[in-house]
Amino acid sequence: MDKLMADLKEQIIEQLNLQDVKPEDIGDDQPLFGDGLGLDSIDALELIVLLQQKYKVKLSNAEDGPKIFRSVRTIAEFIESNKIPNA
Amino acid sequence: METDIPGFLLSVYQHLGVKYPKFYKMDNLAKLGWLATEVLLKDFDKAKYQPTDIGVVLTNAGSSLDADKRYYESVQDIASPALFVYTLPNIVIGEICIRHHFKGENAFYIFDGFNADFVNNYVSILLETGQLQACICGWVEMAATGYKAVLFLVEKDKKENAILFDAAGIEKRFIAVGFNQR
Repeated sequence: MDKLMADLKEQIIEQLNLQDVKPEDIGDDQPLFGDGLGLDSIDALELIVLLQQKYKVKLSNAEDGPKIFRSVRTIAEFIESNKIPNA
Repeated sequence: METDIPGFLLSVYQHLGVKYPKFYKMDNLAKLGWLATEVLLKDFDKAKYQPTDIGVVLTNAGSSLDADKRYYESVQDIASPALFVYTLPNIVIGEICIRHHFKGENAFYIFDGFNADFVNNYVSILLETGQLQACICGWVEMAATGYKAVLFLVEKDKKENAILFDAAGIEKRFIAVGFNQR
């Protein structure tokens, strides 16, 4: 899980062009939206694309988005629980 | 000669010393217009106006074609939502308005070349009817091979040593910076 969260931080920075942010600046449980990392709705869509492209995980219910994208840890937990074996 | 437009835009951003993380997410057209506005408004006291008093009217010939092409290339895979939002030229105005909290009339028009008569007429009406007290106007063009940004600020209240806002005067100044005479 720690390795996945570290990878996710790097992927988020790259995918969302957060050029002033370093992986160590993002806490595992830090909120990604609102007062946390300050991501917006377009970033949320980019995160969905990231999960689909990089981790082959699809968000089937949009209403789950706020819960899944709350922090790096919640995204990692979602990937772990939805990944296709040997994918 | 190959032009490193993203590198140039980044160097201007860094030179200005502004902290605005959203800059990195913009497409090249929005970055260019945003940076040109930063320079234009460096000494402008926007606090003397209400947010709804200040408008933005920009023009170019290529619309958002630079971002449109990049988006077209990206859809071979999964389309990028962040790129998609820049496939309209008026997004540059949105970025400027968000940055400076402007809420006045804004519009982006496409012309073959800079149309001083149109900009003069349109903005004069906005000022004379009291819809605006000030307006950022001009031309912001971005292509893969080059770019051009020429902006000016028009204010309803005449300032000492101000340049008169008329079509002939605007056209003369645009010709001086490389625009074709009509």
